[in-house]
Formats: sequence, C-alpha cells, structure tokens
Amino acid sequence: MAMLEVNNLEVFYGVIQALKGISFRVEKGEIVTLIGANGAGKTTTMQSIMGLIPIRSGSVSYEGRDITKMPCHKIVQLGMSQVPEGRRIFQELSVYDNLLMGGYVHKNMKEVKQDVEEIYEWFPRLKERKNQIAGTLSGGEQQMLAMGRAMMCKPALLMLDEPSMGLSPILVDEVFDIIKKFNKDGTTILLVEQNAGKSLAISNNAYVLENGAVSFSGTGSELMQSEEIKKAYLGG
Amino acid sequence: MDIITTLINGLSMGGVYAMIALGYTMVYGIAKMLNFAHGDIIMVGGYTILVFMNFSGMPLLAIAMAVICCVILGIVIEKVAYKPLRGASPLAVLITTIGVSYFLQSLAQIIFGSAPKMVNIVDLGLLQIGSLKIQMYTVLTLICTIIVMTILTLFVKYTQTGRAMIAVSEDRNAAQLMGINVNKIITITFAIGSALAALAGLFYLLKSPSISNTFGSSPGIKAFTAAVIGGIGSIPGAMLGGILLGLVENIVAKIPVLSPYVDAIEFSILIIILLVKPSGFLGKKRREKV
Repeated sequence: MAMLEVNNLEVFYGVIQALKGISFRVEKGEIVTLIGANGAGKTTTMQSIMGLIPIRSGSVSYEGRDITKMPCHKIVQLGMSQVPEGRRIFQELSVYDNLLMGGYVHKNMKEVKQDVEEIYEWFPRLKERKNQIAGTLSGGEQQMLAMGRAMMCKPALLMLDEPSMGLSPILVDEVFDIIKKFNKDGTTILLVEQNAGKSLAISNNAYVLENGAVSFSGTGSELMQSEEIKKAYLGG
Repeated sequence: MDIITTLINGLSMGGVYAMIALGYTMVYGIAKMLNFAHGDIIMVGGYTILVFMNFSGMPLLAIAMAVICCVILGIVIEKVAYKPLRGASPLAVLITTIGVSYFLQSLAQIIFGSAPKMVNIVDLGLLQIGSLKIQMYTVLTLICTIIVMTILTLFVKYTQTGRAMIAVSEDRNAAQLMGINVNKIITITFAIGSALAALAGLFYLLKSPSISNTFGSSPGIKAFTAAVIGGIGSIPGAMLGGILLGLVENIVAKIPVLSPYVDAIEFSILIIILLVKPSGFLGKKRREKV
C-alpha cells in the first residue's frame, strides 16, 4: 500500500478538461516529483488532491483511506500539508502568527508554541523577523515562512508546489537543501517543479505531465538520463 | 461644559454604530458578502428585550435572552439562506440578504403589529459632575462598547480562532490548507456579529424606548456607512468609522444652521470618502483575483 495513491484523476474547469486521467503513487519516505511545462496540470493535481478543486472522476487515497471527496481541512488533519504555489502566506499577520496558523490543527497551544521554536531552528531568519508583518518579507523569506508554516502541522506527507519559483539561484539551492533535510528527518515529499534538473537530482521517482496526462515516469536518475527529458526540460 | 456633553454623547453613539458596523465588516471580510439583513437583527434583539421585559421584568435576563436569540437567528439565517449560495454570483447573495431583511421586518409586523411599542427597560437617571450633566445611559453605553471592542480586538489578535478569521478573510484557500474549517469560521463570524447587533438594540432602546418593525433600518444603514468610511473588511476601520459618524452626528446636531441636515451631512461624508479614497480610511486596496 502506497502512502499516497492517485488513480485516473480527472478534473474539469467548466467544460475544459484540465486533468485527463492522472495516476501516480508516493511511497513512505520517498521524494516524488511531478515535472511539466506551464499548463500541464501540475498545480491542478496538487489542489485537487488537497480537496480544493472538485474531482470529476478517479480517486485519491492516503494511507489506504479514500480522501477523494474529503474537505481540505480534514485532509490536513490526517497529516498532509501543502506549500501552495506562490507561497500564499498571510500578508497581514506577523511571521509568528503565520506559524501559529500553521499549527491550527493542534489544539494544545503550549505544544504549538514549542513547535514554532523548532521551526525557528530550521529557519533562523524567521526568528530574527518573528514580529515583522509577513507581507514585508523578501521573496526568499516568504518561501521559508510558507515552508515553515506547512511543517507546523507536523505532516507525514509534505507537498510543495513550485517552491523555487522566482528565487535567486542561491536561495533555490537553500530550498532544495531544506527539502532534502525534511525528507531525511522522516517527512515524505511530493514536489512539483519547473526546475527539472534540481528536483530530479533529489527524487526517488518522478512523473512528467503533459497536457493533463502522465507522459513519462521513472526513477529520478532514469529521467535525468532520458534523451527526451533532457531535450524538453533540462535544456539539451 | 456643553461641548464635553456633546463629545461624550457622540462617542457613545459612535460606539453603538461601531458595534453594528463590526457585524457588516466582519461578514464582508470573511464570508465576502454584504449582509443587508444585519440591521434587522438589531430589531429582533429589541423585540426580544420587549417580550422578556413584559414577561419577567428582569432587565439582565431580557438582555441575555436578546443576545442568545440573535446569535441563534444569525447562525440559522446563514445556514438556511446564505450557505446554499456560497459560490453563487455576489448579486444573488446581495438580493437574498435584502429578501431576508424584508422577511424579518414583515414577520415582526405580523407578530407585534405596526404600531410602535414602548419598552421601559430601566431608568438610569442623570449623571452630574459639577456643572456637567450627562444621561447615565450614555456613559453606560460608552463603557460597554469600549469593553466589547477591547475584548473583540484581543480575541482576534490572541486566539487561534481570531487569527483564523483574519486568515480566512485574507486567503480562503490558504486558510483551508492550514486545516481551518471555513464554514465553522463563517458561523462564528455571524454569531459574533449578531451578538453585537443585539447589544446595539439594547443601547438604542435605552436612548429612545420605542420599537417598531423598522427599528433596525436607520442604524443599519448608518453603521453600514460607517463600515465603508472606515474601510469595509477592516475591524479597526469599522470602529473608527462608527465613532467618527457618531461624533459628526452629535456635533452637527448642536450647530443650529446645520442641524436639520444631519443625515445629509453624514452621507455626504460617505460620498466624499468614496470619491477620494474608495477603500475607506483603513481598508486595503484589494487585488482582485481572476
């Protein structure tokens, strides 16, 4: 039984079919990447798994439990967390309050506050800026905050939607380092990326999405060696 | 001395407007809708006080019952009339709220008749400090509104539920990804707004103890104006807008030349604000998402 199993997922926006039967699986402890061009359906896949977009047909199961029709807030309670595309931090709240929101599913406030201290160890910069209003952070800091916030609910499966988008090369390296560390620490990772090179290098398995369907799949190193992938996503 | 009395009256009136405006602004921010039935919750609160005063003669019981009834009514209206329309066009929701407003007014007319009824809750008398004379209910209203607004501010800032309200109003999807149940937060918002409206009904009755089925219309519209002036969606904005409107109303009423035009002046301020700063004093410029 895989940790996350997506079977034949179909999603429509009005009459337009965005996902045309996507299937993939994530095993416990792995890093799995979905790569693909703009409009391939990566973000739609991520949002429909979390219950933010209704699924027309197909199924999603987590730890053997069907979550296809489950509302988002219940899915989070099961131990799945997502860093959404474009970070989506709460601009009006302070860094500290954003992190507290991340721990919303845990009702013991004393523990939640201790968890914030642990997040500060992962991201020391957030501690320096804890009282700052989140909207005034730099792009890199906002990404760190979004990741820290998603880790506050102590997920078993962390999903990240384009965490490297719009960041400088140094920050991109930092983000991928942290993803690897989260994984080593026991968190299973499902990653969506346009930066195919970096993400394939850290992935156990990867799937290529094209026009709402999986066109190619394999281990990270297999895909890195594939001529087609090299040409389409790795710049030759 | 007269000016001090006027200012205290203005602050007190403004506090009541602010309490009603908070209901408009929180519902707008969190449920993304304008609830034009909000003023009629004040009326329901007033009639509940009337019924329980006649029934028991105990003011505190009547006030408690008004708050409880309005909270339940607010939650029921949201569940029955507004929740099924979530995701519908804003215009459909807006018209529904107007429909609910007429429904409540008509229901009150059927039950209580259209003639105004007198509600004598309690005679608080006059407060006299030196040559300063102020109606006691004014002072009581002012103190109560300060307490209520302080509690609300602390609630929003320092509890997970309060922060979740801000989170939902800013980004509903991101809030869901935190595990926040948006429906639950909307229910809580309607409950708080309705409780504040019930209290506003009480303060209105202390000031002028007569109630009819359109009791909530004028305060509702004034408070909505206050919410827009302060920046709809913003909690401090509603407080500021309410107090500003209350002060203007009482000061203008003291100037003989202007006093017949109190309402005109208040709504002119609204028009000027909408022209100069459409987002209101403390409102955010919203980036409309497509």
